Amino acid sequence: MSLSIRLSGRRGRLDLDCDLTLPEHGVTAIFGPSGAGKTSLLRAVAGLERIDGRVALGSRVWQDTAARTWLPPERREVGFVFQEGALFPHLSVGGNLEYADRRATNGTGLERREVIAMVGLERLLERRPGELSAGQRQRVALGRALLARPRLLLLDEPLANLDREAREEILSALEALGRRFELPTLYVTHSWAEVDRLADQVVRLSGGKTEAPGAPQEIAAQIDPEGDWDGEIGVLVAAQVASHDEDLRLTELNFSGGKIRLPQRDLEVGRHLRVRFLARDISLTRQRAEETSILNIFSASVLEIRGAESSQPLVTLQVGEEVLLARISYGSLLALRLEPGSRVWAQVKGVALRP
Amino acid sequence: MTGFDWGPLSLSLWLATVTTVILLALGTPLAWWLSRTRRPWRGPVEALVALPLVLPPTVLGFYLLIALGARGWPGKWWLQVTGDTLAFSFVGLVIGSVLYSLPFVVQPLQTSFEALPRAPLEAAATLGAGRLDRFVSIVLPMCRRGFLTASILGFAHTVGEFGVVLMIGGNIPGRTRVVSIAVYDHVESLNYPAAHQLSAVLLLFSFAVLLGVSWLNRRTGVEETRL
Repeated sequence: MSLSIRLSGRRGRLDLDCDLTLPEHGVTAIFGPSGAGKTSLLRAVAGLERIDGRVALGSRVWQDTAARTWLPPERREVGFVFQEGALFPHLSVGGNLEYADRRATNGTGLERREVIAMVGLERLLERRPGELSAGQRQRVALGRALLARPRLLLLDEPLANLDREAREEILSALEALGRRFELPTLYVTHSWAEVDRLADQVVRLSGGKTEAPGAPQEIAAQIDPEGDWDGEIGVLVAAQVASHDEDLRLTELNFSGGKIRLPQRDLEVGRHLRVRFLARDISLTRQRAEETSILNIFSASVLEIRGAESSQPLVTLQVGEEVLLARISYGSLLALRLEPGSRVWAQVKGVALRP
Repeated sequence: MTGFDWGPLSLSLWLATVTTVILLALGTPLAWWLSRTRRPWRGPVEALVALPLVLPPTVLGFYLLIALGARGWPGKWWLQVTGDTLAFSFVGLVIGSVLYSLPFVVQPLQTSFEALPRAPLEAAATLGAGRLDRFVSIVLPMCRRGFLTASILGFAHTVGEFGVVLMIGGNIPGRTRVVSIAVYDHVESLNYPAAHQLSAVLLLFSFAVLLGVSWLNRRTGVEETRL
C-alpha cells in the first residue's frame, strides 16, 4: 500500500515534473523555496488543479490521464488545510466543523469530541471566523480537515502567517495527531524547523522537479549548511565576481538585477557563486535613498504580498531575473501602499550578504 | 367616490412576482457562467444581457410585438397550442418583463459571484461537497446580499415598467392593465383623483419595500471580515 504521485505538466511559468512513491503513513514534508511548485503539487493531488498524470492511494485511483480517470476533489477523501485557513465566514466555528463532519463518508477513526479537544476549540465553537486570531483560524481549519475523515491529509504551509506562539500550538496539535493516528500526511513548507519537528521523510522540490524522498537528517546534509531555512527565509541569487575596489574596500558582483557590493572578500574575479539574501535584511523604499550607508539598492517590482494581514508580511520582489523576498512590518506595508505591480527600491546592507 | 380599484395594483404585483421568480431561476446560472467563464462568448452575451439598459422600451416592445403577434413564430406556435394570442396576454407580459428586467437581476448576481473568493469553494470541495451542495451551502449564503439586491431590483423594475407593457400588453382590465398603465390612463382621461389614489398607494408601497430591505439587510449583514 502506498501513495503514488506521477504528475507532469505546465502550471503558469513552471514545469511540474513529479514522480513519487510514498508510504501510506507518516508525515512527508515537501520542502523547497517559494515558487518551486509545492502548492501546485499539493493542489493537483487534491484535484483542485488539473495536471496530467496518475495519482493513486493504495488501490484507489484518483486520476489517471492515460485511462481517462478523474475524480473531482469532493470524491478524493482528502483533508486540505489552506495557507490562509479558508474558513466559511458565514458559519460559526462549530458550523465549520459540522460542515465537514456531516459530509464525511469514511467512518474510520476520529471522534468529533476528540478532534475538537486536540485542536483546543472547545471554548470557541460559538465564535465567527472573523472574530478569531490567525492561529485560532488555522486550528479550526485543521480540525475541519480532520473531521472530513480524510484518507490523506494535505497541509499547505499552515504556519506561514502565524506568530511564534500560534505556530507552537499548531505544531503540538500536529505532533499529537501523528502519535494518535496513522494518517498519511503531505506537509508543504519552506521552513526547516517545521521539517525537523514533524517530518518522517522529506521530498525536496525545486523548479517543479521532485527528488527522491529521504530522511530529514540525510536531506539536511544536502541543503544549505547555513541553515537559514530555520524560521528565517532567504533566497540564493546566482552572481559572478566582477571586480574589487581597493580604494573603497569593496567587492563587486554582477547579477541579473544589477551590481551587488559587499565588504571586500578574497574572491577570484570571474568566479560564479550564490549570494544569500535573507528576507529580514531587505528593506524597501519608494524613492531611491541618497547619501546612505546602504551599499546595495536595486530597482524592483512587487510580485506578491504574502500574509498581508499578519504583523510581518512577506513581499516577493522581481529584481532582474531573480525573485527576492523582503520581510517588512505591517505598518511599512501600509505606509508604502504596496501592492502587486508597485515599483520600489530594494536595499540591503553589504555586510548582511553572504556569498 | 366608489371603492378603490385594486385590479391593476394586484396584477402588477403578481406580474412582478412571477417575473422575479423566473428571472432568479434563469439569471442565476447565466450570472454564474458570466462570472466564471473565460470564453470569447462572454463579451457578446454580456452586451446582450445589458441591452435593455440602453434600448428604448418602445423598441424592445416593438420587436416583441412582432415576435409575439399572430404572425411571429412564437406567437403563431402559442396560438396553435393554446388557442390564444401571446401578445395582449398575461404570459406575453411575463415574457416581455423577463427580457426587460434581465440586466437588473443578472448584473448584481454577477458582481456578487465575482467577489466570491475561491478558497471557501475549494475548501468545501475537499470536504466532500459536490457542485450543487457547494452552491447551496456556500454560494447562496455568502452571496445573499447579491440575491436580495437582484430580487428587489428585478421586482421593482417590473412594477415600474411602462413602455414595453404598453406596446405588447395594451390596456385590457384584469388581463394586461397594470398599475403604471392605469395611472397613465387616469391622467389621460383627466381623472386626477383616481390617479392620485393609485400613485399614492404605489409610492407608499415602494417606500415600504425599500425600508424593509434595508432593515433586512442590516439584520442579515454578511460578516465584514474576508478570510
